[in-house]
Amino acid sequence: MMQHLIVFPVVLPLVAGILLLYQRQGLVRYKRTVSVTATVLLLLVAIGLLRQAAGGEITYYALGDWQAPFGIVLVLDRLSALMLLLTAVLAVGAVVFACAGDDEKGSNFHGLFQWQLLGINGAFLTGDLFNLFVFFEVLLLASYALLLHGGGKARIQASVHYVVLNLAGSSLFLIAVGILYGATGTLNMADMAIRVAELPAEREGLVTAGALMLLVVFGLKAAILPLYFWLPKAYASAPAPVAALFAIMTKVGIYAILRVYSLIFGDSAGGLEALEQPWVWWLSLATLAAAGIGVLAARDLRLLVAYLVLVSVGTLLAGIGMRSPQAVSALLYYLIHTTLITGGLFLLAEMIGLQRGKAGTRIVKGRPMVQGTALAMLFFVGAIAVAGIPPFSGAFGKALMLNAAEGNQRLWLWPLLLLTSLASLIALSRAGSTLFWRSHRGTISGTPLSRCQWFGVIWLLSAAPLLVAMAGPVSSYTQATAEQLATPQVLIRTLLPDAGDAQ
Amino acid sequence: MELLYAMTTGVLTASGLYLTLRGRTFPVVVGLTLLSYAVNLFLFSMGGLTTDGAAIVSEGTGYADPLPQALVLTAIVIGFAMTAFVVILAMRARSEMGNDHVDGKKEDRE
Repeated sequence: MMQHLIVFPVVLPLVAGILLLYQRQGLVRYKRTVSVTATVLLLLVAIGLLRQAAGGEITYYALGDWQAPFGIVLVLDRLSALMLLLTAVLAVGAVVFACAGDDEKGSNFHGLFQWQLLGINGAFLTGDLFNLFVFFEVLLLASYALLLHGGGKARIQASVHYVVLNLAGSSLFLIAVGILYGATGTLNMADMAIRVAELPAEREGLVTAGALMLLVVFGLKAAILPLYFWLPKAYASAPAPVAALFAIMTKVGIYAILRVYSLIFGDSAGGLEALEQPWVWWLSLATLAAAGIGVLAARDLRLLVAYLVLVSVGTLLAGIGMRSPQAVSALLYYLIHTTLITGGLFLLAEMIGLQRGKAGTRIVKGRPMVQGTALAMLFFVGAIAVAGIPPFSGAFGKALMLNAAEGNQRLWLWPLLLLTSLASLIALSRAGSTLFWRSHRGTISGTPLSRCQWFGVIWLLSAAPLLVAMAGPVSSYTQATAEQLATPQVLIRTLLPDAGDAQ
Repeated sequence: MELLYAMTTGVLTASGLYLTLRGRTFPVVVGLTLLSYAVNLFLFSMGGLTTDGAAIVSEGTGYADPLPQALVLTAIVIGFAMTAFVVILAMRARSEMGNDHVDGKKEDRE
C-alpha cells in the first residue's frame, strides 16, 4: 500500500472529479461532501508523502511497471512532497470557503476544482518532460473554466487574454520539448540530464535554444516581467476561492524552473551549466520593481493582492537566480509563506467586499461593516505578514532571502527587495485605513459572514504565526531540500540504476 | 522532402504568429490553430524523418521512431480541446461585450 501512495495525489482528485461529474445539477450537499472529503484526504496523503520523503530517500512510481527511461514515472523527493502538502493545505482553505455559496454560482465548481488539483499535483510529481506538458494542460484547462465560473464581463475579458496567452505558451512548450527530444533523444528528465552531460559540442546550440524556450514558457506560468501582464486582471476578477487556489499556479512555474534547471542543467551539464541564471536573476529584479509600482498604483483591494503575488514571484525568482543551496532554501521557506498568505488575502478581500455592499473591494470610502473589527484584525495580520514586518513569517522569509545574497548580489537585491516591501507596506496601510476607518456615518452594511468563510481565511492566515513558531523544523526541511536539489546525481541514480556509472 | 517539410512548418508558424498578433478574436483563433498544426509537424520531424520505415519494430528493416508519433497524437487531442474551448470563449466574449476585439473595446480608428 505504501509504495502506491505516490500515485494517490493524482488518482484521488481524478476519482473525486468523476464522482462530481455524475451529479451536476442540484444536490449541493452531496457535491460539497465529496469535494471537501477528497481534499482533506489529499491533505492526509500529502502529510504521509512528506514523512516518506523527509528522510531524504527518493522514491518513484513506475506507471504500468515500465521502468525509466522508457516508461512514465512519478518521482517523489523532498521538493515535490513539500509542494504537494502546500497545495493540499491551500486547497482545504479554498474549498471550504467556496462551500459558503461561491460554488453555486456556476455549474460543476467542485469537479473543476478537483481536476485543477489533479493537474497541479501531477505537475509536481512527474519525472518526464512531456508529462509535465500534459499536466500543465490539465491544470490550465481546469483553470480556464474556473476563471469563468460565475460569468460576467470582467471575467470574460480577462479570460480571453489568459487563455490566448497560455495557448501560445503551450505551443512554445511543445516546440521546446520537441527540440530537446530531437537533440537528446529522451524525454525523461533524469535521462536527459545524463545525455546533456555527454552532449556533442555541435548540439549545444540546439539544446540551449530548447532550454531557453522552456524558460519562456515557465516564465509565462510564473509571471515574470515581460510575461506577467495577464496576471493582475485575471486574478482580480476570478472568484475568490479560485483566486486563492491560483496562488499556487505561479508557483508551479517557479517549481518547474527550479526542477528543470537544477536537474537537467545542473552542475554536471558542462558548457550548459546555469544557462538560465543571468536571465532569471535580472528579470526577477525587474519583476520586483514593476510589481512594487503596481502595488502602489492599485486602486482595488483584489488588484493589490494580485500585485503582491507578483512581488512574491520576483522575490522567489531572485532566489533561483542566486543559485546557491542557501538561496534555494530561503526561497522555499518564502514560497510556503507567500502562497498561503496571498491565498488567504484573496479570500479576505472577498469577505470585505461582501460586507461593504456597493463599494465592494474598491479602496474608497464606504459604509461601515457589520463584522468590521474581526475583518480588520485578520487584515492586519495578513498585511503585516505579506509586507514582511516582524513578528510574522514574511519578515523571517525576507531575512533569509537577504541573508542568502552574496557579494555583488546584495547590491541589487537588498535595495530592491526592501523598497518593494516598503511600497507594499504603504499600499496596504493606505488600503486598510481607507477600508476600515474612513467610512460614512450611517447604516451598517452587510450580513454576517458564514462560518465556512471564516474558517477558510483563518486556516490560511494562521500560517503567518505558525511558520514563525515552527521556523526551526521548516527551515531545516527546506535546507535539506536545497541540498537534495544541489545533488541531482542521487535522483538520477535512483531512477536509472544502470546509468549510475556514467555520472 | 526535408526542405519542403521545413518550409511548410516555417510558413505555418509564421502565418500562425502573424494571425495570433491580430486584434480580433477570429484571426487569433485561426492563428492559434495554425500554430498548433505547425507544432505538430515540428514534433513529428524531431524524431527524424524516415521513408519506408516500419511503424513497429521489426527485424532487419529500419523503423520509424514511435515516440514522436505518440507525442503528436497527445498534442493533437489536447490541441483540439483547447481550440474548441477558445472558440466558445471567443463567442461568449463577442456576445457579452458586443464586439470581437480581444481587449473587449472598439478601437477609435475603426
